[in-house]
Amino acid sequence: MIEITINLNGKKISDRIEADTLLIDFLRSHNCLSVKRGCETTNCGLCTVLMDDTPILSCSMLAARAAGHTVYTLEGLQEEASSFVGFIADQGADQCGFCNPGFVMNTIALLRENPDPTDDEIRAFLAGNLCRCSGYEGQLRGIRNYLNSLKEQ
Amino acid sequence: MISIQKYEKVQSLEQAFELNQGKKNRIIGGMMWLNMGHTKVNTAIDISGLGLNTIEETDEEFIIGAMVTLRQLEQHESLNSFTSDSVKNAVKDIVGVQFRNMATIGGSLWGRFGFSDLLTVFLAMDSYVELYPTGIVSLKEFSEMKRDNSILVNLIVKKTPIKICYSAMRAQRTDFPVLACATSFVNGEYRAVIGARPAKAKVVLDNEGILDSGITEETATKFAEYVAANIVTGSNNRGGAKYRKHLALVLTMRNIMKLGGDRND
Ligand SMILES: Cc1cc2nc3c(=O)[nH]c(=O)nc-3n(C[C@H](O)[C@H](O)[C@H](O)COP(=O)(O)OP(=O)(O)OC[C@H]3O[C@@H](n4cnc5c(N)ncnc54)[C@H](O)[C@@H]3O)c2cc1C
Ligand code: FES
Ligand code: FES
Repeated sequence: MIEITINLNGKKISDRIEADTLLIDFLRSHNCLSVKRGCETTNCGLCTVLMDDTPILSCSMLAARAAGHTVYTLEGLQEEASSFVGFIADQGADQCGFCNPGFVMNTIALLRENPDPTDDEIRAFLAGNLCRCSGYEGQLRGIRNYLNSLKEQ
Repeated sequence: MISIQKYEKVQSLEQAFELNQGKKNRIIGGMMWLNMGHTKVNTAIDISGLGLNTIEETDEEFIIGAMVTLRQLEQHESLNSFTSDSVKNAVKDIVGVQFRNMATIGGSLWGRFGFSDLLTVFLAMDSYVELYPTGIVSLKEFSEMKRDNSILVNLIVKKTPIKICYSAMRAQRTDFPVLACATSFVNGEYRAVIGARPAKAKVVLDNEGILDSGITEETATKFAEYVAANIVTGSNNRGGAKYRKHLALVLTMRNIMKLGGDRND
């Protein structure tokens, strides 16, 4: 067992883990249930979290490697997410909603890096987030409407 | 999914190399590929504390640490300006941004994967790898070597003047390439590198001097035909051998035309 401390959603969390505990399991065992398990092989983006402000896939990150780093899940970024998630919902882009936390986390990363992206830049940045229900256009329209609303303010 | 008995964040290359002699011990790069299989690992050797996560630029070369991520490569302005955005073009469709924030150049080259966009693009350059303890070997030589227990420390890209162009054919945007193609003019020679054949990338030189008289549609087509004739393609669920041959011809021709007609002077 390894003793690790992670700064999770603004709080220091210490725990004992196995050498192969994945970050997704560490996070879910600490009540971050927004972090979803999908493909487990880095293909779907469901497990996206921010580590040191960078979007990563927690299904393929060892918890041991995250020791000493800062990790944010959707539970810790509710306010930032609330500014745009309503626009996505208005487009009916969430059907089963399973992909939503991963999409939202990666959209947060996109907008922090590039606050005024073009549609192609949005598509490119979100290409690693798969949705099996919608056709991606709803998410795109939602983000576009949010960005337009900022310009109108 | 990978299973690991012990996790060791090493303090030096020596320590990493010693541990890597254990049969079931593995260096972990981004761990994306390792996590795909059901690998049973005794000791996972984490080299992320060795300062190999930077791209150092000198007047002569780019020294790219093994732990540099594909996203760092994609966003490195100077490397992309030197390579006419070919590095960016080679990585931009690899899964997604989150993936590219984790997958490393060390793991990508060490794997010598048949489908590799990275091996394809860097083989078109004046490039080398630094191995511990072996030393520096050309990337071409490395690509032909058997996998052993050495550590890939750096990828070195010499600033030898280069004209280069990269493109790949994918059935879907973020899938593995059906065929990858890099063409370049470097060190006085034209090269075409064909990856995802689906076997490992192969370098074809213009040994017959087809492009010596300059690049025109006619010479580009002739060279592309020569390249297609000098590679072996195979079939898998992404494409047939014949289709891949045709793609090799089309992509080589287009990429050579994009290099422009005036060689490198
Ligand atoms: C789902 C998926 C899709 C992909 N799609 C593409 C694609 O379209 N195009 C493409 O080019 N690539 C693709 N790849 C490959 C990817 O880009 C990486 O090349 C691959 O994941 C290996 O990098 P890594 O950092 O994850 O290495 P790891 O998985 O950590 O390691 C891979 C191997 O290299 C060894 N290793 C790692 N670093 C070193 C080192 N410094 N010295 C010695 N040995 C080392 C490890 O022990 C292991 O055996 C894909 C991979 C996955 C999982
Ligand atoms: S669960 Fe991590 S990418 Fe699919
Ligand atoms: S809404 Fe169901 S997976 Fe995206």
